This record gives sequence, C-alpha cells and structure tokens, in this order.
Amino acid sequence: MAVLYEGYTLCGVGPVQNSSNIGILGVEPGRDIDHVLVTDSSRSITVYKVSDQKPTGSWSVKQGQKISCPAVFNTQSQEYVVVTDDKVVRVWKEDDVNLEKAFKATVSADVLRVLSATDVEPVVLFCCGAVRFLDSLLASPQQPIEVVLAEDEIIRWSSVVDEEHQLVVLFSTEKRGEHFLYVWRFNPNTLVKHRFETEPGLSAPISFSATYRGGNIHLLYLYLNGCVYESLLPLRSSSTGAEGVQALSRSLCLSLPLGEEKLMSGAAVVLDEAHVAVVGFPHPSAGADYLCIWNTHFQTLQASKETTGRIYSQLWCYSGKLYVPHGSMLSVIPFECQKSSLAAAMGKLKETIQSEFKSHSFASSWSAQSYSDVTQATEIKSRMSSKTNSNAQSALTVEQLIEHIKTSALEDVQAEVGEFIRRTPQADLQLAAGRVALELVSRSQTDASFYPQCAFLQLLETRYLCYSVCPELLSLAMVKKDFRLCQIAFQIFSDIPEAVTCACLKAILSTPDSEMATVNLDTGSMMFMKELTRAQSQSDEEGGQLNGFCPPAIESDISDTPRNKLQRDPLALDMSCPVGLHKGALLNEVLQTAYSDRPLLPHLKDLTVPQVMVFLQYLRFLYFKYSHDAHKQIQDLRTPSISQIIDWVCLLLDAHFTVLAVAPEAKRLVSDLHKFVRSQVKLYAELGKIEGSLQVLKNSKQSEAFGMYAIQVIELF
Amino acid sequence: MGEFKVHRVRFFDYIPSGIRALAFNQDTERIAVARMDGSVEIFHCPDRCFQEKIIPGREQCGIEGLSWVGDRLFSAGLNGEITEYDLTNQKVKYTLDAYGGPIWAITGNQQGTHLAVGCEDGTVKLFELIEDTIQFERNLDRQKSRIISLSWHPSGSKIAAGMMDAIQIFNIETGHSIHRMLVDRGVGTSRSRECVVWSVVYLSNGTIISGDSVGMIKIWDDQTGTLIKSHFITKSDVLALSVSRDEDSIVAGTSEGTVVQFQFIAMVLGKDDKEWVRTRTFKNHTHDIRAVAEITTAVVSGGMDTHLVVKPLLDKIEVKSAASAFRKICFPHRRLVSCAKKSGLMLFQYTGHLELWKLGESEGQGMPGSSLLIKKNPEKLLHLKLKGEDHIRCSAVSPCGEWIVYSTASSLRLYQLHCANNNVSITKISNLPKVLSSANQLCFSSDSSHLFSASTQSVHLVSLSQDGCKFVGTLKPKSGSHQAIHLLAASEDGKWLASANSDHEVHIYNLQTLKAHCTVPVYSSAVTAMGIHPTTNCLFMMHADQQMFEYSIELKQYTDWSRTVQRKGLHSLWLNRDTPCLNVMFNPQNPSHVILHDAYMLCIIDQSLPLPDDKALFYNQLTLKSLPEKQRKSQSHAFKVCKTFKDILCVELMSDQSLVVVERPLEDLATQLPAPIKQKKFAT
Repeated sequence: MAVLYEGYTLCGVGPVQNSSNIGILGVEPGRDIDHVLVTDSSRSITVYKVSDQKPTGSWSVKQGQKISCPAVFNTQSQEYVVVTDDKVVRVWKEDDVNLEKAFKATVSADVLRVLSATDVEPVVLFCCGAVRFLDSLLASPQQPIEVVLAEDEIIRWSSVVDEEHQLVVLFSTEKRGEHFLYVWRFNPNTLVKHRFETEPGLSAPISFSATYRGGNIHLLYLYLNGCVYESLLPLRSSSTGAEGVQALSRSLCLSLPLGEEKLMSGAAVVLDEAHVAVVGFPHPSAGADYLCIWNTHFQTLQASKETTGRIYSQLWCYSGKLYVPHGSMLSVIPFECQKSSLAAAMGKLKETIQSEFKSHSFASSWSAQSYSDVTQATEIKSRMSSKTNSNAQSALTVEQLIEHIKTSALEDVQAEVGEFIRRTPQADLQLAAGRVALELVSRSQTDASFYPQCAFLQLLETRYLCYSVCPELLSLAMVKKDFRLCQIAFQIFSDIPEAVTCACLKAILSTPDSEMATVNLDTGSMMFMKELTRAQSQSDEEGGQLNGFCPPAIESDISDTPRNKLQRDPLALDMSCPVGLHKGALLNEVLQTAYSDRPLLPHLKDLTVPQVMVFLQYLRFLYFKYSHDAHKQIQDLRTPSISQIIDWVCLLLDAHFTVLAVAPEAKRLVSDLHKFVRSQVKLYAELGKIEGSLQVLKNSKQSEAFGMYAIQVIELF
Repeated sequence: MGEFKVHRVRFFDYIPSGIRALAFNQDTERIAVARMDGSVEIFHCPDRCFQEKIIPGREQCGIEGLSWVGDRLFSAGLNGEITEYDLTNQKVKYTLDAYGGPIWAITGNQQGTHLAVGCEDGTVKLFELIEDTIQFERNLDRQKSRIISLSWHPSGSKIAAGMMDAIQIFNIETGHSIHRMLVDRGVGTSRSRECVVWSVVYLSNGTIISGDSVGMIKIWDDQTGTLIKSHFITKSDVLALSVSRDEDSIVAGTSEGTVVQFQFIAMVLGKDDKEWVRTRTFKNHTHDIRAVAEITTAVVSGGMDTHLVVKPLLDKIEVKSAASAFRKICFPHRRLVSCAKKSGLMLFQYTGHLELWKLGESEGQGMPGSSLLIKKNPEKLLHLKLKGEDHIRCSAVSPCGEWIVYSTASSLRLYQLHCANNNVSITKISNLPKVLSSANQLCFSSDSSHLFSASTQSVHLVSLSQDGCKFVGTLKPKSGSHQAIHLLAASEDGKWLASANSDHEVHIYNLQTLKAHCTVPVYSSAVTAMGIHPTTNCLFMMHADQQMFEYSIELKQYTDWSRTVQRKGLHSLWLNRDTPCLNVMFNPQNPSHVILHDAYMLCIIDQSLPLPDDKALFYNQLTLKSLPEKQRKSQSHAFKVCKTFKDILCVELMSDQSLVVVERPLEDLATQLPAPIKQKKFAT
C-alpha cells in the first residue's frame, strides 16, 4: 500500500498573472535531496531546505526582466542556471548574492527550457526544437540554432531522462490539433518523431511523466477524460531505421473516475512502476480536489489527501516527496509506496508487465488481430491435453471481454462474463474482475437499456470486487433500484463511504414497501425478518399470560392493534414492524456496514423528516424486539447486533435532534423510546449491583488465605 | 495416582538474618557471606550457588567485614575481634582481639602476607599471616576518626582508608599518611552531618573510588590526591563497592536497594581514552544493600532483606544455562525442620532456640483441593532455649518423638521427652559419651534406638535407651577428604548409613559390622538431599545441578533406573529449576514412588512410568486432571509435580501417609523486616 504522510507548506504561490494553469514556473531538485529550487512565476528563484521548510537562498531579476524557464541546478559544476527574457542564460553559484552580477550569455534563439538531470550536463531546449548541451552553448553563445519544428508547431511539454548515462530529451508538440512526441538522443544525435494516437473528442494530453526503468523509457500521459495511458519508447536500435513519423503505441493503465464538474486541469506523475500520483481529478467518493495515489496494476486507489484551493496542472515528485501547488501554497507531501503485496505474493508482477509490453510492441491493439488466429494456434496445442483445451479455447482475455462488453448484446455479455469468471484462474480473475465491472458499469451508464444484473451478481460473488475498485456500481444499482445487488454489495463491500451508505439508506427509506416486496432478496436476511415478525405475532397470541413487573404502558403510535388489548405486556405486544419485510432486511444490511460516526453524521442529516421517523421507528422496533427476545437465538449469521442498533439510534438522534424536538409527530416516538431506555438503564443499574455481589462471592471463593495452618487434600495424577 | 492429606504449616517464624558482608574467592570460586547474626556461609558459584558450608554465629559477634586471604577466611566485627574460620570442619578456628575497639573493616592484601583492620580508635592495624594464625605487626599513623573502610593497592605498598569526611592513603612501608582527601558533606540539612566513606576501592592504576553516605561515587587520583570525577547515584547512602578482577567494572550497592554498575570504557569507540561511566542499574532488593561483590560472570548482592541475589552479567556469559541464571537465594539449603514421623511432631530450629509442635487433626473426608475441618489445632509442646552464646548448628527429633538432640559449635545436648496426658516434660541426658561434644549433623535411626552424630569426617554411633546413652562405635571412611559431613541418611532396616560431605563424597557404612561398606562414585555437584529406600536399600541422591542418582548399596552399583535416567537425560524444565531439592522420601505403600521437594514444588517420581522426553509437557498435572481416567495412563510420565505450595522449607511424609509441608511465604517474611528507606513513588 502506498501512504501519503502529513504534508506541510513549503512556500506560498504568488498571484497568477497569466491565464495558463501555472502557479509557479517549476520546482527542480537542488544540490542534495533535501533542497529544491522553486522558480516563481514572477521574478524570483528560491532554494528551500525542505525538511526545515526554510529558504536558504533567494535571487530575483530586475524589474522589467522576466524569468522564462524554471531554474535548474547543475550538479556537475554546482551552479544554478536560469534563462531570462527568453535569450539570456544566467549562471551563478550558491554564494553569489546578486543575479545581475552573475555570468550572463545571450544566445541567438529563444530558449524554451534548460533541462537538468542528476550528474549529467544540463541541456538547453530551444523553442524551435533544437537541443544543445549547456556547455557547448555557453562556449559560443551566438552559434546558429537550427529550426526543427514546423512553423505553427509549439512545444507543450519537455523533459529529460537519464537512460543509463545517455541523455534523452523528450518533448511533445502540438500542431493544428495533432500531437507529436519528439525523442532526441545524443551521440549520435538523432531525433525521432512519434504521433500520439488521437480519438475524436479527446483533447490534448494535459500531463506527462517520463521515467526510465528496465531498459525502456515509460511515458505516462493523462487526458482530461481521466484516461492515463502509458507508452513505451522503443530503444534506439529499433528506431534508427524508420524515418518519418511513427505512431506511438499506448496502453491504458488507469481510468480515473470523473466527477460531475468539468475538469480544467490535472496532473499525474509516476511514483514507481505500479503507482501514479494524480492531482486535479476527483476522489471517487469524496469529490474533487484530492491528491490521490493509484495503483496502476490493480486500478485501486491507494491513498488520498485533500488539497484545498485551485489546482494547477503541476505536480512534481523528488526523492519521496510530492510537491503540489494548490490554492496559494506549495505543499510538500511525503509518501511511501510499498510494492503491492498481492502482486509480489503471486509473483506475477514482472510477468504481466512483460506480456503487456509484447502485445503493445507488435500489435497496436488486440482487437485488430483476428480472433481465429489465436484459437487456431491454441487448437494445435490443445490436442495434447484436453484440459488445457477447454481452458484455453474459450477463455477470453480481459481485453477481448472488455471489447465485447462495449458492443455485444446484454445476454451475450452476461453469458461471456459468466464464462470468463468460471474459466479464469483465481489469481488473474482478481485483477480482471475490477476492470470488467468498471466496463460493465460504464456501458450501463451510457446505455440505459443495458443492465447486466446477473453479471454483476456473479462478479460480486467472486468477492474480488470492493467499493473502491468500482465505485459507480452501487450508485448504478440505486438508480436502477436493484436492491438485491445493493444487498449483496453491502454484505461484501467493506469500504463503502459513509456518503454512499447514507444515499442508499435514503433510497431504501424512500422506496415504498409495495415496490420493495417484489424484490428477490437474500434468503437468510428474509428468514431473520420473518422470525422477528413471527415472534411478534406469537407473543400476540400468548399475550396476557406473562407476569411480573410491568412498566408504564408504552403505546406505539403506529400500532394498529385494537385498544382493548392494552393490558398485555406492553413491551412486546403493541409492536408491529413499521416497515415491510424486504425493507427491513435491507435496513439491517445498512445497520451492519462499517462506518465512522463523524463522517456519517453530516450525510445522515440529508434524510427527510418522514424518513427519519420511519427509520427511528424501525430501530426502536428492533431494539424493543431484541431487548424482549434476548433469550431467543435467531440462527442467522448476519444480524445487526444490539450495539449496532443503539449506535444508529444515537447517530440518528444526534443528526436530527432539533427536528425530533420540534416535529409533533416525533413526540410520541421519542417519549416512548425515552421511557424504554430509562427502564433499561434501571435494569442495568440493578444488574450492576448483582454483578458486584457476584464478584465478591467469586473472589471470596478464590482466596486461599487459610492463616497459619490448614489440612488440605491434594491429588496427584 | 494418589491423594494426600497435607498439613500446611505456616507458623514456623523463621527469619533469616540480614547479609552484612560478602567476599569472593576468585581461585576457588566460592562466595563467603556473613550475616548479621554472625553466621558465615560458603556458596559454591559454579555449582548453582549451592550453600556448601554454614558456620553458625554467636550472640553479640556482629561481623563487619569478611576477607579471603588465599584460602583462609577472616572476619572482624564490632566486638573488636578478628576471627579465622576452619572451613574444613566448619567452625571458628580462633579469635584474636585487635585491641583497637570495634573493627569496621578488614582486608587482606593480594600477596597474601598481611591483613589490615580498621578500628574505632582511628588506627589501621597490620597483621602478618603466619602458619595457622596471625600476628600483630604494627599500627599505621593513628587518625582522629574511626576507620570505616579499607582497600589495599594491588601492589601491597599502599592502602586507602575511608573515614569520616575523608579518605587517607597510607604508605605501608613507613606507616605514614601520603594524602588526605576530604569528602564533601551533603547539601542542605545533611550539611551538618558527617559524611561517612562507607567503602573504598584502590585500583592498580592509582585510582581510588569511594562510596559515601551522601550518595556519591567519587573517583580520586592517588598521585595528586585530587577528585577526578563524582557521580551522584542515590539520595541515600552508597554502602558497598566491589571491583571486578580486571578492574574494568565496579558495582555499588545503595540503601535504596539498587546496585549500580560503572564501567571503565572508552568514550570514543576504539580510542584509549577511557572513563568510568555509569552503565547499569539493578533493583533486586527492597532494603539496604550492605554488601556487593562482582564475581566472574555476575554481580552478587545482599543486604537487610536477607536475600542473596546473583544477577548474571549477560555480556560476560557465553552460553546461557541454568548454571548462569539469575538467582535469589532466600532460604538456607539445609533443613531447619525435622519431623517425628510416627508421632506427628515437628521440631523447628531457630538460631537460638528450638520449638516442638504437635500437628493438628482433621475431621472427615474432603474432595481434592479442599480444606478439611480442623478438629484439633496444632499445639506447641516445647520451647527450648539455648544456654550459651553459640547458635544451633543442627538438631533432630527421633521418629518416635521421644528424643530431641541439638548441637552448637561447642556442645551437644540430648533430651528425652515425656508426654503424659497433656503434660510435657523433658529430661536432659547427662553423662554423654565424650565423642558427642559437638556435631555437624545429627540423625536418628528409624527405630529411634540409635543416634548418629557426624563430627568432622567420622560418624559416631550411640545407642539410646531409658537409662541413658551408650557409645557404640565410630564409623570412618577408608579414605577420602577431611571435609565435614553435612548430610546423613539411615536405612529403614537399620543396616546402612550414608553420609555426604562438602567434597561431594558419599560414604556408606554397614551398621552391623560398623565398617565402611563402599563409596559412591564422586559426582561433580554437591549432594543436596539423599535417602535410602526402605525396601530395596537403594540410596537415592539429589545433586545441586538437579541430577538424580540411585545407587544400589548391596550391589555397589547404580541401578538400572538411574542409568536410564542418565542415558535419556532429564527434562530441561527439571534441570532449570533454581532451588536444590532438600529432602528425599519414600512412600512405603508404593515402593516405586520417590518424593522430592524444593522451595517451589513437591514432586513424586514414579519409577515405574516412562521418563518424559524434552518435547513432552513436563508440568502435566492439569492436563491429566482434565483427561478421563483411561487416557491418563498414556499421557502420564514419571514426574508428578505439585506446585500448589511455595516458599517451602520442609516436606515430610508421615507414617500415616499424610504430608507435612512447612511453608514460609516471603510476604510474611517481608512484614517482619524493618521498614525500608522511604522512597517517593509515583501516585503515593
């Protein structure tokens, strides 16, 4: 699991002067891992000691001058480098006080950025696409700079990657709606141009993150629609021969959930091979403005932290810390990504990555390859063993299944999903279930007539789904009024956010009983409800025979029993279940979900007064029942415990205290509850006394004090 | 297996005496312990700290210091006398008045030539050691105040003396003082009180370390006579100091019951620049620690709370074993209670008197685990006060309950007891044979017709009858050491007698021929208890290292069972117990049963059952209890341990098959000790 630790503010972000989503020009690593270089969008460059949150040096340019790119630290010469007014390269040392007195060189073309990586020479990238080493440029600043890019092609993003001490400069450009990636390598200098695959309706990538690992450069880029793609930049050898523009193969590694609001900005940065930090996209349950760490292997949200204020499309990650500009501050958030234990345990991690690589390297998409090819190939193999035959022949890959889900008819999809679940090995299914569910949900959301309940239930039964894997599923079920699915989900998911729990509660309470009665619910829970109500009818029959202590009669306002039965045991007799069996069963599931009361309370306030009344009546019914039939063991594993019921009563009273105090219809209910609770408190006080006396008896039995002399009998075996 | 009626006796008000001084002999690895009552005990450290020898004290002897010089042990006390001990015969060899008033300190030099004592009159007196005695040599320069503590420089040329408010260094050659170093008094109200230098230690590099009543450990330089460093370690007194053999560690005992260790270590790793640094603190005592000693692998401490604590220093132990475990020795490793099996009497041995009690009687039957109704309470029949100053060394009551015998260092008394309808009277038997002048151990034959009295290495046999006693003969081993006998065991049939001495030798004598019969092969660990089996006449021996042997007297060889035990080995839990077994008994109704006990448990060994291997559950009584009768057989093993009792002083099986268990709970003991120094505790 990845962890985001408590963050702190490094510095403020100045008022945004330009219209682009840039609060500060950049954050670059300083002379060691504890120092960073923050270049402000106005005029200053500051070095911060991160652990102390203190600036250790600051330089600014004169009024009228403009810093045109983030300053970098040249680790080789221990100097800082910045470009001002597009053409003036300035180089200074830590102890130089005045930037004006520092070394200056004016170059012949506009510089876009100075790029620096640890222990390598900084590289200067010009706006026209040319690349020079800083040293060689400063040796003859006025050297002519060739124009690489077309006239209206502008660089959107650039980065430098250290590929085993071979510098690779990457930059992406935009030209009339088309997007390209240039890969510049030194010695020999080569420039390879790739074209990003574009889809209609998909705008430009808004954030890039390039890393070098395992002999490949991994480029991760984020689109505004929430898709995070990964492309592998092939090695030098594979690209030398090809001239012209190559299409960049890509794979979807994460599909972020989108909120209702239209997104303006966002950023993603790769943390390690499995984790990506994303800012600007809404948290699946809590809404916008979260910094989230996602696991790209399992598509799971690993950690999140709220970021207040405006989000910029900027996010940096240096030595275990994330730098997030938001609102008017730059926050530093330390994080830790542990290798996901699941993948490590299965030993699958390496393998899956490699197979993915292969697929991407020779075929841009699986769907392009003919299905029959695959089956033919497997058929040849399958003659040797019939078992592998049946397995291999019909087991669709996840990609194939997802493609099918996108297009096939409802029945086919259900059948295929069922088949897929049956045939896929458990370990793979664990990874695939989430993707399939997500795909099913997204199809269902777009296509109103498509709702594969069966497939959802089957997927749930694998128990590989949890709320965060597929957050939309529950709300979809609510929209479709699929209470059976809701019930199963409540039983299986352990991570349902309180807001969703409340939304479901609201939906259940607002659905009329008549509509509920047709729903086919889990039999165990129905048995329990029947048992509860049967006990009631039974005691109806034997009423009046019970003797003993009778507290003041409690009259239930929803009781429809005739008044002439008033003399019977008031605790049990005048109670009938205020809700239908089905609704009761569903409410029981809600009562048993895990929650924390503080996040739950505000959402609980959303319930309307009638809903509160019904729910409270039901809780009271359960409470009375439990207290009365405490001796009865109802054989069902999933029943709300008395403490859960009492907790919910407390929460409900907390959330709606004023309403319950004011609403006239609540008066009776509340006073009944009070009377009952009071009698219970009395009872427990008495029990406490008994406990005390019993304790004394027990202790006296145990004590062995026999004084000075005793004759005892011992037995040895 | 069996039910027993147990008389749980807690009215033996035995109070061990506080520990006053400790001396460790590096060569023999023995610790000498001096107690407040003047007794001196010798513990053998490698043999699980078994208490090998006890030399009983005397009234008013008040030992203040104890010192080994070579193999000779000396003590000195407030009576102004120096005492040398005869460790072979376990008695005082001679005493010598130093003529300097009460003596506060005694120490011998490493060369083994001289003994120095610090006296109340302010003199340090030097005694020369000569064969068999010591001779006064001279006084060093007399000081104004009493000498509280002394320490020789390892070269023997200088001596440091701790006094009131000062430490004095003397040159032995000249007898003059070299330096006088003043010790600060405490601040505040204690300013007006003198600072007592309770302890000094003189190291070979010229460093002097002192512990004083202000609570400071001070480190001095003898060249300049200056204070190098001082450590404040307690608000009360630092009473004792001890240095390790290689002078890299000192331990200090305080009035608060803590032992503080200082080590001479380099402040920077790998540098030679060493300093004394406070390293560890142990708190194993409730009361003042009057004496500490750093022995090879452990710190030994003792004080007012009467326990001798051996705390191992884990950095010096290579292999963790039971022999090097933490020990708290609360009770003597001797039996202080003897029981008249046939008449239900118990004889309690106190330092200065004996008490004879009759056991109570019960009514009816009871379930296991329950207490029976007491029909008749135990009754104190006799309180026998000693005449003279010497404390009791050993005592015994005969099985029939008719004879009581005890011995001090100087005399032996035999009494005949007459019980006639609630009237108890005793008559002292006069005209005892000359050989019965003093005994190290006493024992009656099972038919009460004979008394065995072990003097140093021989056993005298005396027959008892209504008209008095008559010397029958002396049993002498054919060869062997001259160490005193500490254990005797007579056989039920009156044919055999076994004796064990502190050199671990066990001799068996034939009582019919009055000749030595044989000697059991000597084992490396001391015998702590032994008994002769009533039917097979096998000698069953328990050793301090918890090993057990069974030796057939008639065949003069170990029995098969004993060989099996040795071959299979005993269970590790058995071997790791930290108190020695103090009695071996046999159940006449079940010849395969041997009953043993130590301070924490009672154990019946069923020789007919298989021995437990190391994987077996050793303490299996609860498991067996829960099993049905039929399965017990398959689960049970030879060791049946009952842990119901604790702090056991004595267990004896009476003739009526009931057990007498004499317990002395430590909590009861604690209430009878003087109040410890009041310390502020949180939330009190």
